[in-house]
Amino acid sequence: MRLSYPTNVKIVKVPCTGRVDILLILKAFESGVDGVYLAGCLEGECHFLRGNLRAKKRVQYVKTLLDEVGLGAGRVEIYNMSSAQGQRFSEVAREMTEKIRALGPSPAKKKVRA
Amino acid sequence: MIVANRKTLEEILTMLKPYKKILLLGCNECVTVCATGGEREVGVLASEIKLSRAKEGQEIEVREQTLERQCDHEYIDQVRPFVGDYEAILSIACGAGIQYVAEKYRNKVVLPGVNTTFLGVTLEQGVWSERCQGCGECVLHLTGGVCPIARCAKSLLNGPCGGSSNGKCEVDKELECAWQLIVDRLKELNQMDKYEEIIPIKDWTTSRDGGPRKRIREDLRL
Amino acid sequence: MKTKSNIERILESGQLVVTSECGPPRGADAEVIKKKGKLLQGVVDAVNVTDNQTSVVRMSSLSACLILKEMGFDPILQMVCRDRNRIAIQSDILGAAALGINNILCLTGDHQKFGDHPKAKNVFDMDSIQMIHTVKTMRDEGKFLGGEEIKGKPILFIGAAENPFADPFEIRAARLGKKAKAGVQFLQTQCIYNMARFEKWMEMVRDRGLHERVGILAGVTPFKSVGMARYMKNSVPGMDVPDEMIERLKGVAKEKQSEEGIRICVETIQKLKQIPGVRGIHIMAIEWEEKVREIAEAAGLLPRPELA
Repeated sequence: MRLSYPTNVKIVKVPCTGRVDILLILKAFESGVDGVYLAGCLEGECHFLRGNLRAKKRVQYVKTLLDEVGLGAGRVEIYNMSSAQGQRFSEVAREMTEKIRALGPSPAKKKVRA
Repeated sequence: MIVANRKTLEEILTMLKPYKKILLLGCNECVTVCATGGEREVGVLASEIKLSRAKEGQEIEVREQTLERQCDHEYIDQVRPFVGDYEAILSIACGAGIQYVAEKYRNKVVLPGVNTTFLGVTLEQGVWSERCQGCGECVLHLTGGVCPIARCAKSLLNGPCGGSSNGKCEVDKELECAWQLIVDRLKELNQMDKYEEIIPIKDWTTSRDGGPRKRIREDLRL
Repeated sequence: MKTKSNIERILESGQLVVTSECGPPRGADAEVIKKKGKLLQGVVDAVNVTDNQTSVVRMSSLSACLILKEMGFDPILQMVCRDRNRIAIQSDILGAAALGINNILCLTGDHQKFGDHPKAKNVFDMDSIQMIHTVKTMRDEGKFLGGEEIKGKPILFIGAAENPFADPFEIRAARLGKKAKAGVQFLQTQCIYNMARFEKWMEMVRDRGLHERVGILAGVTPFKSVGMARYMKNSVPGMDVPDEMIERLKGVAKEKQSEEGIRICVETIQKLKQIPGVRGIHIMAIEWEEKVREIAEAAGLLPRPELA
């Protein structure tokens, strides 16, 4: 299809969104990312039955943690799409990039020491 | 198990304000099972603390350590080699563990990261419920195996009160009335005759009211 | 052990007992109690004085009892287990008897969650059944719970409350049985609106012969409005208000609702008087004491018997 998506999106491959632990998302923020989103299979289509549903709940939980920390719940999201929806993938990448750009850089990004 | 709840991040950050190097101690026992103070929760809390400090532009070093138990000194001793490198210890074990760590490292500030709440069971994944208050004089043989001290909001030994409605407690419509549960169970066991007996006023000396408790088994002492 | 209680004497005479209640004020003004008292003079045989009802802090029951006593009433000291341990309870029992209070009503007490100090620590060192037993032990055996002898026994007529509308229904008579066994002598019920359920409960009580051992006073509370009826139905724990009662109030114009409420109350009393084993009526007109006389009059409860 040769669709393009923003270069700022770095992909971390996992066998299933059910593999994504809360800590994995938090560590990404610790390492300085501005936002994280999960691209999971369509609901009801999980090969492992409930992996994407578990991921959805964890994302909700991380949202509460990010609010507590002060980074804001909006920096983490989950999207559902099938492997056949390349168009949707690039659309979501642009949508999330725009959303994070609007939020600005993560306030937890290590500040350069003067 | 002993069930605890994490304190809010705000409370924890307030306690940590003066420190730049802390040791975060979890426990592999009860608080791991109730998902409050195990290795995973140590990781998440450490991350939350670091992110919050980074947001304020302030550094903090958090060493993560989860002990097998914080209620036995052999395990607490495991951090002795490096405890001196940290300004404070933040423990997310139960109240017993937190105190025992404080007792062992007398010149170290030890801070509680959780509120210890009750002795309970896992109702289902992610749901825990109180069952026992450790009153020191069990009456479960009289009450169909349901504790009126821990599970009745008024600890009535001869309940239910007039606030029991459709099996629920007057205090909270979601809360089961302990005496409804007791009556149901006594019926199932064909022991309703036990309900007719008055349970006499309780001796609270075996409970917290008698002062802090201690148990000794001489045969086991070294 | 004979007490000086009006309730005891009227029960013995076989006449119907009439009681009402007086809620102490949220302040130190004795006039409030006196004013409420005046409205009940010549209408009732004894007056309940509530003990921080619904867990809202008020003038102490014992003090308000004394004010009413001085006006010539026979007060009923209500005492809840929520706020006192066995030391305070026994001490207050002695104090009440010393002040000439003749009646005590032993109650569990509402949970503090409902009141104005929900953060309070509750006590519940004993429950209402154990409190009944405590009073009886002190009075009849002259002993404290700790076993020591009492010099000057507290001569009190012992009462309790029961809610025939709470669950589980099947043990409600059995629980009264436990109270009787513990030594209770009179009983006041929760407000009765669901007559069918009350009659069923009375049947269970009679089956156990409890109506002969305990003087049962049936409780009634007049509705001021359909709003109050709805509130009682939905928000007051252990209250059973049938829909037809709400419909009946809704059926009359707003300004006539209080009249209708009184009418329902009077009809209820008339029905209750017919039920075997009901030995008296307890009229709880919540912050509406001025209507007790009217209700008692219309229900044929006046005049009250003269006691020597």
